[in-house]
Amino acid sequence: MESQLAEIVQHTGGVIGNAWLMIAFPLVGAFILLVFNRFTNRWGHLLGVAMSLASFVVAVLAFVELLGFGEEERRRAVHLYEFIPGMVDMGLLIDPLSISFALLITGVGSLIHIYSIGYMAHDEHRRRFFSYLNLFVAAMLLLVLADNYVGLFIGWEGVGLASYLLIGFWQFKPSAATAAKKAFVVNRVGDFGLLVGMFVIWTTFGTLTFKGLGEQIAPGTENGTMLAIGLLLLLGACGKSAQLPLQSWLLDAMEGPTPVSALIHAATMVTAGVYLVVRSGAFFFPEGSGAALAVAIVGAATLLAGAIIGCAKDDIKKGLAGSTMSQIGYMMLGAGLGPAGYAFAIGHLITHGFFKADMFLGAGSVMHGMNDEVDMRKYGALRKVMPVTFVTFFIGYLAIIGFPLLSGYFTKDGIIETAVHHQPILGWLAVLGAGITGFYMSRMVFMTFFGEKRWADDVHPHESPLVMTVPLMILSLGSIFLGGYLILSNRLLDWLTPAVGAPAVRPEFHFTSVPGLATLALVAVGAIIAWIKYGRVPVPAVQPRGSFLTTFARRDLYGDALNESLFMRPGQWLTRLAVFFDNRGIDGVVNGLAAGIGGSSGRLRRIQTGFARTYALSILIGAALLTGALLFVGNI
Amino acid sequence: MGETITFWVLAVVSVGAALGMVFNRKAVYSALMLGTVMLCLAVLYAVQDAPFLAAVQIIVYTGAIMMLFLFVLMLVGVDSSDSFVETIKGQRFWAILAGLGFVVLIVVAIGNVVFAPQVGLTTVTEQGGGYIRSIATELFTTYVFAFEITSALLITAALGAMVLAHREQLTDKPTQKDLSRARFRGDHPSPLPGPGTYARNNAVDMPARLPDGSAAESSVNRYIARYDVEHGRLPQDPELAEAIRHTAEENVPQTEAEQSSNEVTK
Amino acid sequence: MTTHYLILSGLLFAIGAMGVLIRRNAIVVFMCVELMLNACNLAFVTFSRQVGNLEGQIIAFFVMVVAAAEVVVGLAIIVTIFRTRRSASVDDANLLKY
Repeated sequence: MESQLAEIVQHTGGVIGNAWLMIAFPLVGAFILLVFNRFTNRWGHLLGVAMSLASFVVAVLAFVELLGFGEEERRRAVHLYEFIPGMVDMGLLIDPLSISFALLITGVGSLIHIYSIGYMAHDEHRRRFFSYLNLFVAAMLLLVLADNYVGLFIGWEGVGLASYLLIGFWQFKPSAATAAKKAFVVNRVGDFGLLVGMFVIWTTFGTLTFKGLGEQIAPGTENGTMLAIGLLLLLGACGKSAQLPLQSWLLDAMEGPTPVSALIHAATMVTAGVYLVVRSGAFFFPEGSGAALAVAIVGAATLLAGAIIGCAKDDIKKGLAGSTMSQIGYMMLGAGLGPAGYAFAIGHLITHGFFKADMFLGAGSVMHGMNDEVDMRKYGALRKVMPVTFVTFFIGYLAIIGFPLLSGYFTKDGIIETAVHHQPILGWLAVLGAGITGFYMSRMVFMTFFGEKRWADDVHPHESPLVMTVPLMILSLGSIFLGGYLILSNRLLDWLTPAVGAPAVRPEFHFTSVPGLATLALVAVGAIIAWIKYGRVPVPAVQPRGSFLTTFARRDLYGDALNESLFMRPGQWLTRLAVFFDNRGIDGVVNGLAAGIGGSSGRLRRIQTGFARTYALSILIGAALLTGALLFVGNI
Repeated sequence: MGETITFWVLAVVSVGAALGMVFNRKAVYSALMLGTVMLCLAVLYAVQDAPFLAAVQIIVYTGAIMMLFLFVLMLVGVDSSDSFVETIKGQRFWAILAGLGFVVLIVVAIGNVVFAPQVGLTTVTEQGGGYIRSIATELFTTYVFAFEITSALLITAALGAMVLAHREQLTDKPTQKDLSRARFRGDHPSPLPGPGTYARNNAVDMPARLPDGSAAESSVNRYIARYDVEHGRLPQDPELAEAIRHTAEENVPQTEAEQSSNEVTK
Repeated sequence: MTTHYLILSGLLFAIGAMGVLIRRNAIVVFMCVELMLNACNLAFVTFSRQVGNLEGQIIAFFVMVVAAAEVVVGLAIIVTIFRTRRSASVDDANLLKY
């Protein structure tokens, strides 16, 4: 394993030399839409889509140009300008990893932009929505394209801001405003980790560029500082990717409009943590190190937690959010396995971007037809009224549960097999998670599209317009074929090798491996249980009380309760204590002093009686005393 | 010797008059006492080779300023004498203490000093070519600017007094018609009752009798009634005495007509 | 003789000062102030003769002028106050206080 990033080719000219356009287009779009405000109301959404598409075109052209270089020259650095003199220059790093992300972001992003035209058609703030979406795309591209941690951090904060703005897009809903705040605060915890990690990197190595780090860090170095940096970066990744223990914001984030959930909280932004781990993998998460193990453990824990949460949610978007947590857990698990897992993690990330966006947009389409109803208990039998949505959603469903030959099958199976090979315990946990995935996704499909219709009388479900269904179709096509294309004959692995390094053993995809078959069996069992519980018998329209386990899952594994009792309440006590000390101690001294002076002046001012004669008396007494003093002095 | 006698006489008179001024309940008497003090001082000035100042003292102080005082006294009202009850606690004690202390200090201070024989003004006035000429020379050479400034001061003071005493006419001046209308709206359209049919005496401080024999309170001026009450000149007849006392205590708010007539006086 | 005159001057001054402190009628208070000024004038005139210099008399003259101006304005103020408050007592004008 070599640290590939030490040898980066400086690049000028061509599409790659102008790769900054990728970021500039959506940024300009956001700027125009925000600055020119109401004047852009009529065509604002079109501009947003155009900017996103322009960015996609640049990404594709850059990708094509990158393909033209030899394998060892596919790491192109573009110098932009001197950012912080003597510390870091702003530059872009165009390599297979970043360009893959750029393609995913701009591609899926553009589809979701298009979809949003239809989804947000009746929202009076659609223009603002598109400006935020563009802002998000620009920030996310900066995050993945920057050739240093500072640029990455700026993008990281930018997507955080966009996420905050979009979760709270319907800020008139208190729940949305709260959710936005929660996401922001929880992300700050993660960002704190990332920031401190960067500080440590800077003090230790004196550079923050990937190239500089690649030159300084010998591959496989492992010591206390590196471990600390790795754990700090992992904290940052956990915050952004909603991994344990910072997972609590993602479920609430579903308060935002559905395209936001699809783009930011499923396909792209939440995968930034995976990107961070993979990008820093060569430096701080070398294969078999403690930090990498921590990543894998976090991933495995989250994939189970997300899956369990997903089982109990009746809100279709929250169910999908739990699933997102779970799938990112898989990616983290893969990313924690070193170069052997990177390709599968990134592959799963890409296919997940497609099928999860597909399902989120499908859920959005369902909500669109159901008067924004999100409770699956009020759905049922929608496959007939929404055929296109049903088919595309079903494809996404098959992909996520790992139905053979669909995208998810290849990527997830790859992760599981690699995990079983490297970390058997975590690997088998992942197998178990896959089974649970089979259960909750089947439950979702059965509750939504099958069974009796349970919707209210005033709801008239209808198929969504083409502007919404066409992106669904494109995404479902990706959900079918992308995984196989990327994984079979190791296309993605070879493509990513220049960026992340090659695994020691070249993996082969086996259709009949033991973990794979076990996964399939468990998924089938999960699906059958779901059929027994939700497909065969009518689903109660009112949520049943459920067992202890159900409540446990419904309450998000008591994550919020834990946060409250661990952080919020002690914080409140601390605040009260501080307030007490401030009031009694500091304010007491200040107020006491003031009160003392005030009180004595209050008494002293009684001298001012308002009677001129009293004043005259004091003058005369003073004059007499003065005369006496003069006499006394004169006589001495 | 002549000066000594003059001094002692005038000193005693002026101190007595000054004390009288301070301790007299009636402001008019105080003003007269002050006039006395000033005249005494004028003589003392004259004795002390300052005839010009003596003249000025009499003309300006006794003539102008005292007249002004008396004039304002009349304006403000001479009808009541001041109460000598001290309202501020300890004021009188401390005032007298401070005053006496001050006197003692001055006496001690001056008594400690041994003065050289008086130089007298003869030399100076002879050098200047006469007393008035010397004063004039001083005033119009050395102190000419001060002199000019005092003239400005006097003009300013005159203007200031006019501004202060001026009152803006806010309502229309009442015509005879308004006055008579006010009178008919008031309590007494008719003139106040004169000595009635059953009057038993014709003194102005005695109330008239109405036809039913009762006393007509409004027939007595309330200032006169108050004087009677204060000086214990109430008649024997309890009914009349009660009527006078009642009139004296009556606090009639001034009518608009009375106020405007007051202003005319001012 | 100078001593006598000065003591008389001091005595009159003190009496005037006490009057200011004791009397409540604004006009009488004002008269007392005039008495104090006159007492000062007496001292000036006395010193003028003592040192053989006319300047004491000149100053006394200026004091009189200033006193005249002061009386004019002061009495106008008293009249104004009386007109609004119906009182010539210095104790009644005591709103400017704590």
